[in-house]
Amino acid sequence: MKMKALSKNTRSNLITYGMVVTAYVVMEILLKAGMVSSLLRGLLVPLCMYVILAVSLNLVVGISGELSLGHAGFMCVGAFSSALFSLCMKEAVPAGALRFFLAILIGAAAGALFGFLIGVPVLRLRGDYLAIVTLAFGEIIKNVVNIIFLGRDVNGFHISIEDAFSLNMEPGGEVLINGPQGITGTPQDSSFFIGIVLILITLFVVINMVNSRTGRAIMAIRDNRIAAESVGINVTKYKLLAFTVSASLAGVAGVLYAHNLSTLAAQPKNFGYNMSIMILVFVVLGGIGNIRGSIIAAVVLTLLPEMLRSLNDYRMLMYAVVLIATMIFTSSPGGQAFRERYSLKALIGRKNQEKEA
Amino acid sequence: MLEFISYLVNGISLGSVYAIIALGYTMVYGIAKMLNFAHGDVIMVGGFVVFSTMSGMGLPPVISVLISIVVCTALGMLIERIAYKPLRKASKLAVLITAIGVSYFLQNVALLIYGSNTKSFTSVVSIDPISLADGAVIISGETIVTIIACIVIMAGLTSFIKYSKSGRAMLAVSEDSGAAQLMGVNVNATIALTFAIGSGLAAVAGVLLCSSYPALTPYTGAMPGIKAFVAAVFGGIGSIPGAFVGGILLGVIEILGKAYISAQLADAIVFAVLVIVLLVKPTGLLGKQIQEKV
Repeated sequence: MKMKALSKNTRSNLITYGMVVTAYVVMEILLKAGMVSSLLRGLLVPLCMYVILAVSLNLVVGISGELSLGHAGFMCVGAFSSALFSLCMKEAVPAGALRFFLAILIGAAAGALFGFLIGVPVLRLRGDYLAIVTLAFGEIIKNVVNIIFLGRDVNGFHISIEDAFSLNMEPGGEVLINGPQGITGTPQDSSFFIGIVLILITLFVVINMVNSRTGRAIMAIRDNRIAAESVGINVTKYKLLAFTVSASLAGVAGVLYAHNLSTLAAQPKNFGYNMSIMILVFVVLGGIGNIRGSIIAAVVLTLLPEMLRSLNDYRMLMYAVVLIATMIFTSSPGGQAFRERYSLKALIGRKNQEKEA
Repeated sequence: MLEFISYLVNGISLGSVYAIIALGYTMVYGIAKMLNFAHGDVIMVGGFVVFSTMSGMGLPPVISVLISIVVCTALGMLIERIAYKPLRKASKLAVLITAIGVSYFLQNVALLIYGSNTKSFTSVVSIDPISLADGAVIISGETIVTIIACIVIMAGLTSFIKYSKSGRAMLAVSEDSGAAQLMGVNVNATIALTFAIGSGLAAVAGVLLCSSYPALTPYTGAMPGIKAFVAAVFGGIGSIPGAFVGGILLGVIEILGKAYISAQLADAIVFAVLVIVLLVKPTGLLGKQIQEKV
């Protein structure tokens, strides 16, 4: 029996999966050995969340070539819908695992629904206009979530956009979503293990999509929309597909986020445009369209401020300097020439040349 | 009705600030084809310079505003030289991320110097408020100065671009930078000049904004910056009259939305109007429709 040689693509993808699994195993061993600081332990689930967000945004920015600045909005939708579900089903479904599984499905569905609804109008626009409209939608979602009050009593659900008193509930009713205070008492079902599993599922979805007929169609549209259209590719359909899948995965990341904290409130810090921009920074620094790069950048850039904690007040300043320096180093003509001259490959090549001479 | 008029005036005043900021965005976009995300933070720097020179050193308001304009102009040129110039040929996204880096940098430098506490800004304007209709409508001195400043800046900038040599060089570079270079326009100097003007205007906007809304923190510039960017896109990015119209409309919508619909939803309303406008007219109100070549 002959083993078929793995194609370059498949090998590269296997390395990506392997990297995530290895990282998990190493981390688990360190955790068992008690060599992980409590700070880092608290960062594990957010790390998984950032990786999922970065990989899913890469599907839109890298593969589909559209600049989206509203990714945090989809995360917000996923977080709130799933947290609401978990809160309502706390008694009905006591088994944590099953409830969390259903919550993830709900979050993914909610993300996909919003991705689809927003994608239909937004994808008609191009370039910076598309970017600013996605940013606008992200902010709208955050603002609207902040004024919703939802309560439940014997008569069923009550909704209001005024305050908790105008819900007109019977005595004994409970407030589920309390406007700017958000949702309190979400069961903390997220764990590092589940986070890793969700990363692997995300990778599976994105990588398979990229390497399929669909993915090639999406990339064809990115490279030349008019040429793609003229060979019969349905531009709207494929763009919308990439956008919806990406939004749905962002919803899953939101589920992970919501079930990691006991209080969920939509603030500029977690669901505002700053968050969307941070995810975009992961994608661009990791290499646009490079899935593995997104993972590495998300992990490194999340850990960087923590590693720099000894610098106290200067750490975010250092972060900014690193960001600017990296971009100039990788994207400017001077930086590229420098890299070519001093890269590992060039150094080895020069040595070989010297040997031959 | 009188209430409506006073809201309207406040809206126009806020909109004037947005328009001045949006001018910086739109000029830089038109010429360097980049989104200068750090523009909002230059506003904050302008505010802090006035805060330190006026409240700290006790200089007269006019002098400290002038110092602020000079500092911000220099800062804008410095940012362009260090962070953006090496990336002139790089992808749009790379420049965008660099701009975000610059924005973080400015915020954190301000944080280190001034701390995160909110500073209360002393207004630079000392004109008495005008009261109309027996005091039912009161227009503050800040409002008057803001609106006048915006009109003067608009008129000045439009004539500068139309009649001066450097202004026409800007037009040429924004039309086709390669051809402009061949015609002997110094493209790099023109871009630097654009950043200088934009940042100087940002300083003015910062002073006016902080005079009307006197809370100053290192993050003061971020949200007005985003709103002004929205205003620039709203009016058609790259177009100077567009920035003016977009800014004023946005300010009016925001204040009226806050007053009549919901204070928490004001931002959402602003963004929703933007979405609707762009869906109906995808290049903004006064933007040029560019035909795509096959």
